Amino acid sequence: MDHTIYYVIGAILYIVGAPFLGCLMDGAERKLSARMQGRIGPPILQPWYDFVKLLNKQVVTVDRAQFFILLSYLVLMIMSGAMFFSGNDLLMTFFVLSTTGTFLYFAAIVPSSPYSSMAASRELIQEVCYEPAVLLLSVGFYLATGTFNARAVFSQHTSLILFMPGFLASYLFAMIIKLRLSPFDVSTSHHAHQELVQGVTTEMGARNLAIFKMAEWYEMVFLYGVVMVFILNSSPLSILAAVLVDLAMFFCFVLIDNTNARVKWENMLGMSWTVTGLCSGVNLLILMMIR
Amino acid sequence: MGKVKKSPWLLHYDGSSCNGCDIEVLATLTPVYDAERFGVVNTGDPLQADILMITGGINQQNAPVVKQLYDQMPRPKVVVAVGTCACSGGVFRECYNMLGGADSTVPVDIYVPGCAARPESIMDGILKAVALFQKRSDEHDQYEKEHKGEARPVDPSINTAHDKAKLKEMEGTADA
Repeated sequence: MDHTIYYVIGAILYIVGAPFLGCLMDGAERKLSARMQGRIGPPILQPWYDFVKLLNKQVVTVDRAQFFILLSYLVLMIMSGAMFFSGNDLLMTFFVLSTTGTFLYFAAIVPSSPYSSMAASRELIQEVCYEPAVLLLSVGFYLATGTFNARAVFSQHTSLILFMPGFLASYLFAMIIKLRLSPFDVSTSHHAHQELVQGVTTEMGARNLAIFKMAEWYEMVFLYGVVMVFILNSSPLSILAAVLVDLAMFFCFVLIDNTNARVKWENMLGMSWTVTGLCSGVNLLILMMIR
Repeated sequence: MGKVKKSPWLLHYDGSSCNGCDIEVLATLTPVYDAERFGVVNTGDPLQADILMITGGINQQNAPVVKQLYDQMPRPKVVVAVGTCACSGGVFRECYNMLGGADSTVPVDIYVPGCAARPESIMDGILKAVALFQKRSDEHDQYEKEHKGEARPVDPSINTAHDKAKLKEMEGTADA
């Protein structure tokens, strides 16, 4: 427990810094997408301009409860990220992360608009798709390290990717769903669009949409943070390697987002469970055998 | 007061027209002209839109739709009429079902002429709208600051007596 101070700093850095980092990543994503399409694209700070604009708009809401529910969504998202970066119990962290999805569901369903309600059920389906991979991931961490304690998992001598490449593969697949990138942007698209594609954010305007965006930034930093855990080991150089892996993944995700059309939810369910079953399942069996 | 002019989100509605302007508006948003470099995003959601872009004229059937879209947009907002039909009704002006240009139903701020309006002039119209959007936003903030907590009076520019009378007259003839 001699490193407690680092974990406290980690959690504070996450709570304060994640929106800014997430905002920059969001901006970089839009810029990179534009360059891939042969466009100049918006400035890197565009998500920040959008955020400020949304806070300045007149508040028009169908149901006032939506604001409160979205705030809960944001707070739980911050909580799960802070739990992770402060080295708490991993299983608990992922459970809190699952709860956030439920709040997004409620936020989308309270205005009782047909598009929003439909997207809300799609959000639940999305959760059904990525949840097995995320939950199995914590089991994988337990089998590989013998503990759910994140601090012990973070301070391994060898990189965990050696023991759990299958878990990483299915987690990365789940991440595409969780980040709502094409082809799995079933509940809502990142880009402003028509009603059906707009999904859960259809009935969110002004500050409500701003809160949703901020929660997405927190989520993005958290999810990329989990990828780093696979790479980290006792050598300080591994931090650099982990950042490089994150950057490479970031590029791959934008490429996938730009080269794929949205799939039907049935296909998403089939694909995600197949990948999770094959990669995580086989990896799980091997880990159980060598232990 | 924020700098909102860097993030104008666009809601496009195509009224009664030949769809020529509709295609040109889409061309403006595609990679060739790339309106997104100014932060312009084409959204289908009036709740999130800042600029209402109307192509084509207004007829009896789409007038309530346009009005509803306008009313659903949160303040501050700007309306741009793109193309001759949206500006004045164009060649359809004298048709029995036409009310006229976009300004027959909602208050229009920027008129972009052309049949069909060229992407360059549409882009110019968007940028003019963006400048006006910033001005409106500053005024909106000022108003909110001065009249905190008060209900806002109905905007006299919406639902002018003329429009109401004209709509009523048309509804009357439709019933008969």
